[in-house]
Amino acid sequence: MAKMQIQLKVNNRDVEVLAEPRTLLIHLLREHLHLTGPHIGCDTSHCGACTVDLDGRSVKSCTVFAAQADGGEIITIEGIANPDGSLHALQEAFREHHGLQCGFCTPGMITRAYRLLRENPDPSEDEIRRGISGNLCRCTGYQNIVKAIRVAADQMKPTREAAE
Amino acid sequence: MIPASFDYHRPSTIGDAVELLVRHGDEARVLAGGHSLIPMMKLRMATPSHLVDLQAIADLRGIREENGAIIVGAMTTQRELIESTLLAERCPIIGEAALQIADPQVRYCGTLGGNVANGDPGNDMPAIMQALDASYQVIGRGGGREVPAREFYEAPFFTALGDDEILVSVRIPAPAEGHGYAYEKQKRKVGDYATAAAAVVLTMSGGTCKSAVVTLTNVGGTPLVVEAAASALVGTAVDERAIDEAVTQAKAVADPASDGRGPADFRRHVAGVMTRRAIVRALERAR
Repeated sequence: MAKMQIQLKVNNRDVEVLAEPRTLLIHLLREHLHLTGPHIGCDTSHCGACTVDLDGRSVKSCTVFAAQADGGEIITIEGIANPDGSLHALQEAFREHHGLQCGFCTPGMITRAYRLLRENPDPSEDEIRRGISGNLCRCTGYQNIVKAIRVAADQMKPTREAAE
Repeated sequence: MIPASFDYHRPSTIGDAVELLVRHGDEARVLAGGHSLIPMMKLRMATPSHLVDLQAIADLRGIREENGAIIVGAMTTQRELIESTLLAERCPIIGEAALQIADPQVRYCGTLGGNVANGDPGNDMPAIMQALDASYQVIGRGGGREVPAREFYEAPFFTALGDDEILVSVRIPAPAEGHGYAYEKQKRKVGDYATAAAAVVLTMSGGTCKSAVVTLTNVGGTPLVVEAAASALVGTAVDERAIDEAVTQAKAVADPASDGRGPADFRRHVAGVMTRRAIVRALERAR
């Protein structure tokens, strides 16, 4: 069971890690790359705290082998902020609208919302709720999370229109 | 939770993948989306020494129409099923069912092939494939063969698929224009398997039911085709009496276990409710 070289682009940085094939992506990120933003919540693919973006898909990194991601591009919560270091509209909106209490689910929640808004820049409340249905929050009751995502969508609209 | 060690393979052709299965026998497992196998490996209920990841095999992807049938590559994800305009137009029950599987993250990974080949009675697609009279194309050491979905499932996690075989695609006869369809699933929460679920596909002509199929998910060791429920509908106007009879037949065939989703009697009751709802909604949709 030889170790293998795993090449990834993580938060826009090329990395190469020597790891056992059985290494889960969440462990590679947290323990090899010291990106401790993605959390291990349930470790059974239910809670979504470990959600990261892999090749344009939101995935639960506790249920993906790092080997499967070999050659892929990953975004974690550490890579969500704007290039100048200012908070992403989603991060700003979660802060402004109390989209978190204990904060444990927040990295997964924001990383998932990031992909959701890429795919659907103007989601209804119902679409937001369905879109984050793979992410559990045991504090907020979701109300402010949904509100924060909706506010972020509005905030991102001018930037999007400028880009078009 | 850390799985047992294994060697990882990522072949780029079906032939290479079969070759790996032949070489390593029952020490090897194929990996599709991984959302059934990886949890089992983390619990060490599955400990393959060789994992054959199918993600790089282009021939296992895509949805296309061919000679009146819809061919779906085994590695097509649930999300791709939901987004497919071809399926939305020709066979919408597949997208409707896929949307009821797990959650968005899991649907980006989970595949049709994995869902139907795993043999888990909780999986939703087997009953859908049986309702559509689909067949599975499998390739192994001795070449290819086609197995009807209705003959594929033997017992929980036991299927007609051989150790050296890979399910490469699903062939679905395109349902008749104007057919009615519905998949009704009761689950306790997002991500759960069905307490009970029912698929119905039917065609109507001049107010009379010309054909019908009723199948059930997760109320037996395999998906169930309820022929007597279909017979109760065909030739009728699908009126209240015919529906009552179909529901009675579905409940008679359902044989659920008592588990965290409820006692057997309750789950059988739910199978009846899902059957009724699916028939009513399929009828509304039929033209």
